[in-house]
Amino acid sequence: MAWKAIDRRTPEYDEQAPHVLTEPMKERIRAYFPRYANKQAVLLPALHVIQDEVGHVPPKAMAEVAELLEISPAEVMDTISFYTHFWTHPKGRHVIMVCRSISCELTGGREILAYLKDKLGIDEHETTEDGRFSLVTEECIAACDKAPAMIVDEQVYGHLTPERVDEILAKYE
Amino acid sequence: MAAFEPVLMRNVGVENSTSLDVYRSRGGYETLRNALQMPPDDIIKAVSEANLRGRGGAGFPTGMKWGFLPKDRTETYMCVNADEAEPPTFCNRVLMEHDPHQLIEGIAISCFAIQAQTAYIYLRVEFHEPFYILERALEDAYEANLLGENILGSGFNLNIYCHRGAGAYICGEETGLIESIEGKRGWPRIKPPFPAVEGVFRKPTIVNNVETLACVTHIVERGAEWFKNIGTEKSTGPKMYCVSGHVNKPGCYEYPLGVNLRTLIDEAAGGIPEGRAIKAVAPGGISMGFLRGDEIDVPMDFESFNVKTNGLLGLGTGAVVVMDERTSMLDVLHNTARFFATESCGQCTHCREGTGWIWKVTQRMCDGRGKAEDLDFIAEISNKMGMMPGMNICGLSDGAAFPLRTLVTKFRNELIDEMNTRAGGAVAAQPATA
Repeated sequence: MAWKAIDRRTPEYDEQAPHVLTEPMKERIRAYFPRYANKQAVLLPALHVIQDEVGHVPPKAMAEVAELLEISPAEVMDTISFYTHFWTHPKGRHVIMVCRSISCELTGGREILAYLKDKLGIDEHETTEDGRFSLVTEECIAACDKAPAMIVDEQVYGHLTPERVDEILAKYE
Repeated sequence: MAAFEPVLMRNVGVENSTSLDVYRSRGGYETLRNALQMPPDDIIKAVSEANLRGRGGAGFPTGMKWGFLPKDRTETYMCVNADEAEPPTFCNRVLMEHDPHQLIEGIAISCFAIQAQTAYIYLRVEFHEPFYILERALEDAYEANLLGENILGSGFNLNIYCHRGAGAYICGEETGLIESIEGKRGWPRIKPPFPAVEGVFRKPTIVNNVETLACVTHIVERGAEWFKNIGTEKSTGPKMYCVSGHVNKPGCYEYPLGVNLRTLIDEAAGGIPEGRAIKAVAPGGISMGFLRGDEIDVPMDFESFNVKTNGLLGLGTGAVVVMDERTSMLDVLHNTARFFATESCGQCTHCREGTGWIWKVTQRMCDGRGKAEDLDFIAEISNKMGMMPGMNICGLSDGAAFPLRTLVTKFRNELIDEMNTRAGGAVAAQPATA
């Protein structure tokens, strides 16, 4: 994804907000420095570390990671805004990504998405009120042999049916 | 023809196939040991002679690509393209999940051939499982001195790092991938300079697909002649074909290049559920275009798909998606249009606006407000998106134009019928030249 804005809410930047990057997080990020010829190249790994620890990348973290990598906050924002997988707003505790590409659509992916929306009472790119689940759609997740498929957090689930979706979601608190 | 013995997938299904011990017990890393004693140029020569062509979609000869590296270079990088985002391709995932060491050995031999001391494996972020498997395999390989400093006492150093993407199809384009490694948006670069001259960190860089690099080990081990005896005269070697959609046994199947598409669908993938007829097939990933059900008696090699014979762009990734007689081609058109509209990086006007407008038009068609002219409009934009070579920075607009054009030309009457149905029967859309 690229030029189409999915989430049009402007992240709010509060300079007085507490630091997001903790020392252990910075250590995790610095460990990537020897792998690359410059610090800017550590940006994607760094954003993954932040999102892994915080759940999303708040504006304050963008400024802090810019300082750590000796680049401009604008460059961090520029990169973040390009990739669909970096989130500037909090998500639910678990993120459900439903594949909507051709093999999944041919085998009932659309019905699975509709079922999830109905079951969770939310639309795409929304989060349930209790903060348990966020729902997003993805282009091909390369699980076409198991279509229709979805990813919950890091786990791929295939051959989905409404009953199987119920079973899977019950596993997540 | 004798039964084909799998080459790339020989370890798939073997117990504990991801472990270093199992890989070594089956002869793994012996080829690396031997390769490290060879003059690097001999490896490049073998790969060229074997006529290995890139498995990532473009089919560019690998040896030739390596030959573009400047002779006087001081530093070289290898980027392994594991972004695998082309619907419905998943063969790289299968390879990494089941046989990570085969890939690592292929990377190590290729890096020795081009004298690269750093390799990045660019993995799409959705590949969580393959990422953990690869990280574990890399760790084991470092421990066994198959990577790192002075590999197996040869004096050759190599570091391999996984670099995870963040959800962008365009990062599978080689310069988009390079920009993404550098921490920037994955905007493809204007070429030339090509990556072999100026790539990651502005240094000479080779970008190769996972499956391509896996082939290298086998070429070095068994020789170019052996490799050339698999497949057809111009399309040599084995290929992993993914079959999905309306088939009984969706999956990844290895065959020599040139296997008939019908064999893949009927024999490998077990045919269509309930014996239904095939309406359409996209034989090489959706960006290559669509075949009608009566066009599928075709060899799956680099030569058989072109504008003249079947209107397609090429073999692509060899990922086959089958659509049976009940499929709504209007939904397929809409799905395809949306994919390219959301995945266009937005740099080039033709691609961004072309894919965007076609998506909007297909939405209108799905809503029951379609007109016969819409199909002409889509065909016209598709033709213009990639009309002039060099008009766009990368190939995405071609990749969007071929499927959309083949859909609206090959399935025209059907699309019109569907539009009529959705509009409640009385729409201006009449088959133009029925």
